[in-house]
Amino acid sequence: MSARSSTPVFLDTLRHIETPEGIELSLRVAGPVARILAWSMDSLIRYGALWVLLMVLAMLGEGGMGLWLIALFLTEWFYPALFEVYAGGATPGKKALGLKVIHTNGTPVDWPGALIRNLLRAVDFLPLLYGFGLAAILCNRNFQRLGDLAAGTMVIYRDPAAATPQLPPGRALPPPFPLNTAEQQLLIDFAERSTTLNPERQAELADLLARQTGLYGVAGVERLCAHARWLAGEPA
Amino acid sequence: MKQRPFEDRYTAGWQAFAAQLDHLERQHPPKNALRVTPLPVVELPAAYRQLCQQLAIARNRRYSGSLVARLNQLGLRAHQQIYRAPQRRWQVVLDFLTTGFPQRVRADARLFWLCAALFYLPLFGMGWAVYQAPELIYSLLSPESVADLEAMYAPGKMAGDRDASTDLAMFGYYIHNNIGLGFRTFAGGMLLGAGSAFMLLLNGVFIGAVSGYLTARGFIETFYTFIAGHGAFELTGIVLAGVAGLKMGWAIVAPGRLRRAESLRQAATGGIQLILGVAAFLVLAAFIEAFWSSNQAIPADIKYTVGASGWLLVILYLTRAGRRAS
Repeated sequence: MSARSSTPVFLDTLRHIETPEGIELSLRVAGPVARILAWSMDSLIRYGALWVLLMVLAMLGEGGMGLWLIALFLTEWFYPALFEVYAGGATPGKKALGLKVIHTNGTPVDWPGALIRNLLRAVDFLPLLYGFGLAAILCNRNFQRLGDLAAGTMVIYRDPAAATPQLPPGRALPPPFPLNTAEQQLLIDFAERSTTLNPERQAELADLLARQTGLYGVAGVERLCAHARWLAGEPA
Repeated sequence: MKQRPFEDRYTAGWQAFAAQLDHLERQHPPKNALRVTPLPVVELPAAYRQLCQQLAIARNRRYSGSLVARLNQLGLRAHQQIYRAPQRRWQVVLDFLTTGFPQRVRADARLFWLCAALFYLPLFGMGWAVYQAPELIYSLLSPESVADLEAMYAPGKMAGDRDASTDLAMFGYYIHNNIGLGFRTFAGGMLLGAGSAFMLLLNGVFIGAVSGYLTARGFIETFYTFIAGHGAFELTGIVLAGVAGLKMGWAIVAPGRLRRAESLRQAATGGIQLILGVAAFLVLAAFIEAFWSSNQAIPADIKYTVGASGWLLVILYLTRAGRRAS
């Protein structure tokens, strides 16, 4: 068993923020495709709502057009900012795709930040269809468009609630020889994930250790899970 | 301690903490975490610090990835609740309008004069040129636009009151168009300031050309009574939008002792304050333009007096307001 690679993986989208409490929290930044989809969805919602509003206000004649232009102005510039500040950092489109906006130091986005990133949309949109914005996103390890750079914000994945996997039940058995921490972790991870794998794949993975355990197939899987239970602290 | 006893000991605490966070995240609008929490004020940060410690231990002892992920997520959620900027909205808005904004403008006085030059020099230059040679207007506007312009300001044409719904329609149009233009001028600052400068020049040239042309045609009373009321607020708003944009542009070009990214972030924070003030100026201008300037029943003398008072007010506001507070 080899320890996990300790060299940094540059393609990874995992980012770490250090808090004043001296720990690091990790989060995943969102790339252009998810953001384009979120933007498209928001556009549909926005223009759909404006279209309905237009139908209603058209009945009010010329004055209604004035009101509609004000609504157009407000949604054009403030729709995303409003949601980002008051709805947990996400417009409806971002929410649907599991994205949210936060400051690069990990704190929730506030009014100045949300306004900067959304007013500067006007230049991200240049020369056409978010050309500058996309170029900035692709040149930047946090996938920040120009508005994000100025506001000090980034778009991250709002992780789904982490499940609490249970080790498969059974007896606990000490490993036949001492394991280092990376190896222990690997065994526990295997046991936790084994419930989500089909039996063939479980056996295939467990067979990699057949030389150490002397067991193949289901028996090997069961033996590794027993070691994992012992390592996790279950009574023997 | 191995992972299982560690989990057994703290799981109840984590669940309670998660429930607490659920409660806080449901607050709409989000309030200051310390004020709405059912736990006493000191306990949320204490619980958070404890969680941080447990996360550090879990990582250090190489507990399983799923446990670390769970604790990391709890930590992230709590961090979002605790490090939330306090929000005192109306006081902030009031303080900003009475002191913060004029102070901010004075802090960027040199940029203000630069932007004023970028806007007023082409305005008066083009105005004078078109006044001398009215046909120059056709280098900027199509013959149809010029005809529209003449129809709008020809003496007699504007007689009589527009009805209220037309005023409202025009108000919406000015809001959408003028403030949008102000925001674009600001955003143009990200292109090393060039976008903002271009917008200032463009606006100066067009406004100058139109004024020069209408003056040369002798539509003096109809045109100047119309623009007198809102001119001070609108023209100053345009210049200030340029200041907000160039501030960002300059921060990228010459970041001084800061890193470029940090310099830009600081300038953008100042710039957004400026642009919010600009929005206030332009809303006021749009309101006056739609409901006052268009009213033909008001005598010209009163309109000129109100227009001059507007300029006086703007100058006093930008030079005097908020001096004592600083």
